[in-house]
Amino acid sequence: MLAKRIIPCLDVRDGRVVKGINFEGLRDAGSILEQARFYNNELADELVFLDISASLESRRTTLEEVLKVSGEIFIPLTVGGGINSVERAREVFLHGADKVSVNTAAVNDPELITRIAEKYGSQAVVVAIDIKKIGTEYIVHTHSGKNPVGLEALEWAQQVQELGAGEILLTSMDRDGTKEGYDNEILARVSTSVHIPVIASGGAGSLEHLYDGFTKGHADAALAASIFHFRQHSIREAKEYLHERGIAVRL
Amino acid sequence: MLFIADYGAGNLRSVQKAFDFLGVRAMVSSDPCKLAGCSKVVLPGVGAFGQAIETLNRSGFSEAILEHVDKGGQLLGICLGMQLLLSDSEEMGAYRGLNLVPGRVLHFRSETDKIPQIGWNSVDQQKESVLFRGVADHAFFYFVHSFYCEPHSTDAIAATTWYAGKNFCSAIEKNGIFAVQFHPEKSSDAGLQVLKNFAEC
Repeated sequence: MLAKRIIPCLDVRDGRVVKGINFEGLRDAGSILEQARFYNNELADELVFLDISASLESRRTTLEEVLKVSGEIFIPLTVGGGINSVERAREVFLHGADKVSVNTAAVNDPELITRIAEKYGSQAVVVAIDIKKIGTEYIVHTHSGKNPVGLEALEWAQQVQELGAGEILLTSMDRDGTKEGYDNEILARVSTSVHIPVIASGGAGSLEHLYDGFTKGHADAALAASIFHFRQHSIREAKEYLHERGIAVRL
Repeated sequence: MLFIADYGAGNLRSVQKAFDFLGVRAMVSSDPCKLAGCSKVVLPGVGAFGQAIETLNRSGFSEAILEHVDKGGQLLGICLGMQLLLSDSEEMGAYRGLNLVPGRVLHFRSETDKIPQIGWNSVDQQKESVLFRGVADHAFFYFVHSFYCEPHSTDAIAATTWYAGKNFCSAIEKNGIFAVQFHPEKSSDAGLQVLKNFAEC
């Protein structure tokens, strides 16, 4: 049976792991290689590195870290942040990433999804969608959540699937870092309307939230940072909790 | 020396890195002539069957691989590299494969399960095999695929996996021909063990 995936997300900047709340107020959460080793050893199903570096120079530092990690961690590795061309994606793949995550650049240039998918396969393209609830609508935002764009979440999700995305990483900015749980309403809507996997993100603060993301949100994978980085829960603990409640996980 | 065939399909570095990690000397090359001196060949790959088999045929890799197997050399197909070993694929235009394992490559069909299958699924061992030595039955491996292999003869099937309403063939082992639908290089300790078993057999 296909397992539901638990994916720790490392927000990285200047070669370090950091974590903020609602995309702001960052604090240090350790070294990339150490965190990657740690998660690999405790049964993470994949790793996501989200590079939130401001400069090209510090992005370069992250790439070097990716290369180190991919030499000793044999689970899928996704790298996102600043991927705005096939050339940039290529560089990330050459440093050992298995997938790239595109966000702002995909909104500005939707064909980029297709170009990367044609060259590296759909399985290598994750489209990250950051959403904020405005009234009753879920509106897509870019630039780390700063800019609303005139796109509704469901419409954009279906569009990226058509363009060749292999997976969707759906982040609720309202919930990010709040530990209030995933926004299962929009998760379920998106997940049941596309045929590619949807990764839940933004808001996981307890093991029950992970469970809800899979059951109420119909997510295929759950991404979390805060609950794992500060060792509130281990991934193994999370998986045992889910397993006991009838969710298929890799243990 | 182990030879990893580079015919332009996907990221082969990750396969090489896994062998590096295991201390197995492996060469990645796009030159089929270099395959001749190697006792083991790995045929990796992601992407489309049609394009891949055309490239294999045009580059001379098809011929070199058939000759390698003919001479008793061992072969490991990974993911698309597994599917290429079969007779034909129903992918657009019904392509002919290498026909090392008689059978067809079919597309998953499901109303309920997402296609492609992406993620960790359990691999149920069907016979005593070299590939799964030291690997627990039902261990999880990482899959990414829309097509699956259906060998004509069940005795080639080393393992099966449940997805989209069927137990599909997730590993083949027969007469020096090995193949896995999952990505061992992305399947953590269990995957590394499979690669080690192939390298040491």
